[in-house]
Amino acid sequence: MTYLPTADHDELRAVVRELAEERIAPRAAEIDAKAEFPWDLKELLAQQDLLGTGFEERHGGTNLDTIGQCILAEEIARVDATTSLIPIVQKLGALPILLAGTDEQKDRYVPRLASGEWLIAFALTEAAAGSDVASNRMRARLDGDCYLINGSKRFITHGSVANVLTVFALTDPDAGGRKGMSAFIVETETPGFAAPRVEHKMGIRGSPTAELTFDDVRVPVENRLGNEGEGFKIAMGTLDRSRLGIAAQAVGIAQGALDEATKYAADRRQFEQRVVDFEGIQFMLADMASQTEAARALTYAAAAQVDANASDLPYWTSSAKLVAGDTAMRVTTDAVQILGGYGYITEYPVERMMRDAKITQLYEGTQQIQRLIVARQLLQRAGVSASGKR
Amino acid sequence: MKIVVTVKQVPATTAEKRYTSDMRLDRASAESIINPLDEYAIEQALRLQESGAVESVAYLSMGPEQAAEALRRALAMGGDEAYLVTDDALAGSDEWATARVLAAALDKLEPDVALMGMASDDARGSLVPGAVAAIRGLPLLSYGSELSMTDGAARIRRLTATGFDIVEAPLPVVASVTDQVGEPRYASLKGIMGAKRKPLETWSLADLGLDAASMHGAALTRVVETRPPEAKPPTERIENLSADEAATKVADWLAARKLL
Repeated sequence: MTYLPTADHDELRAVVRELAEERIAPRAAEIDAKAEFPWDLKELLAQQDLLGTGFEERHGGTNLDTIGQCILAEEIARVDATTSLIPIVQKLGALPILLAGTDEQKDRYVPRLASGEWLIAFALTEAAAGSDVASNRMRARLDGDCYLINGSKRFITHGSVANVLTVFALTDPDAGGRKGMSAFIVETETPGFAAPRVEHKMGIRGSPTAELTFDDVRVPVENRLGNEGEGFKIAMGTLDRSRLGIAAQAVGIAQGALDEATKYAADRRQFEQRVVDFEGIQFMLADMASQTEAARALTYAAAAQVDANASDLPYWTSSAKLVAGDTAMRVTTDAVQILGGYGYITEYPVERMMRDAKITQLYEGTQQIQRLIVARQLLQRAGVSASGKR
Repeated sequence: MKIVVTVKQVPATTAEKRYTSDMRLDRASAESIINPLDEYAIEQALRLQESGAVESVAYLSMGPEQAAEALRRALAMGGDEAYLVTDDALAGSDEWATARVLAAALDKLEPDVALMGMASDDARGSLVPGAVAAIRGLPLLSYGSELSMTDGAARIRRLTATGFDIVEAPLPVVASVTDQVGEPRYASLKGIMGAKRKPLETWSLADLGLDAASMHGAALTRVVETRPPEAKPPTERIENLSADEAATKVADWLAARKLL
């Protein structure tokens, strides 16, 4: 498995890096402190066609390959994890439509997402159903030519700022989450929908994580994605691809922390020499750099597997997210260590990066779930049957 | 109505510059960018095109083959087509040679306005706009903080020490603009992808009807020496003092230099 960036990838990275350093980085501390969604940066990304990279050209997108989409997330996350979620969640929320939608559904919704006119969110998790997706309780009952959706969702990234959601609800509660769940496109203007509360979080503080309530929300039958009962399959197919966005985000956070730590260590003097001249610090920086490169290489390798539509996709994307998330946590923690007391205060960005890194070990499947997925794929390859549940 | 913006590829502003043994800039040693002051001229032209005052915007550069990158970046920001004049006989061109070549290319392109940045970031001679106007026998509207098109004429607003001048000349004209025209846009992703499909034509001296022998080795002037600017004295830092003590130190420092 080898990967070399193409000239187009290099150009994309240079263009996004310039934009990120000049326009996004100066806003990052304020976005974090105020915990406000950066509408201005959403507009900027839309204007630069950077919210449409995961969509086809006939829908107004730029249809970058998956490595290109990773480079975009990575370069934004390098300066601000919150803002990197804008393109990442635009893809995550749209994936159920891209995977299971009809041409009519795609033509109706994707152009508005590709242009950035609308934001979308992926509404799967519930208060009592996190890792155990199949224990979802939200209900969708057929009533004439509509479904009536009732229940609530929790921890929905961008749930309170989105114009449209992909929502997962039980159409056949007796069949359970695995067989009885269906997927729907729900516009947030629909009566009965509300986003009553957003969480106070440790990191990615400008990215609203919302609780959503559905009280007899009427969704037309033509907004169901796929057949009844295909919801679980659509959700898993989505996560098998979307978690690569989180891997890319994690690589970007790690790279940002490494760059800050290197710069600081070269600048800071103690005991009449530069901190970077201490071998102990050089060893730390070398570990941070090589681990970040390893996470990046695995992320790109997994991205190539996504484009090849590999049959063992989860093996790759879960491995990448696992390695990249743990790398981001370790590298940002070491960056704080290298900056010492200055790393612990908000005058420097590394404490924010460390808080932001933690979420990459939690969302779109905890690291423990990633390990279960990798192990199951591994056993499958070896012809060993896996017992137990997902 | 047609504008041709001249674009120069220069070493990145922050790059350390190296020179070859014959006192020419070693372009391979530094990252190259569009001359930042030319980006303002591009922005001005694109704004006029968007407002409908101008139908087409083209770019013209003289430089080595790699200057095509700068033209692609310009096309990614907007505009329709680009022309690169490249010829081994032009290596080491001075302002005179540059102006002569650009004037010949502009004679061929016949724009209503030849628009330029007020200076280039590397040599900073600021002579080319005036020289091109003189060679072509056209009016020069220089140092505009804004360019607008009126009926059969171009008009600039030029900031002065006491206010501003409005200068107008009948078309065709040569004009130069400052960094006051408005912040240059970032190229969008679609712009970057679309730029690869826009026409970019390469011309040699012969294509312009110029004879290499008449270029006098591309320069009437000769660079005799280059050196980095003198190092500034180290910054004095006042740290770890109370506000009162720090203020006293600052006041003493100013007083010692008779600035108070």
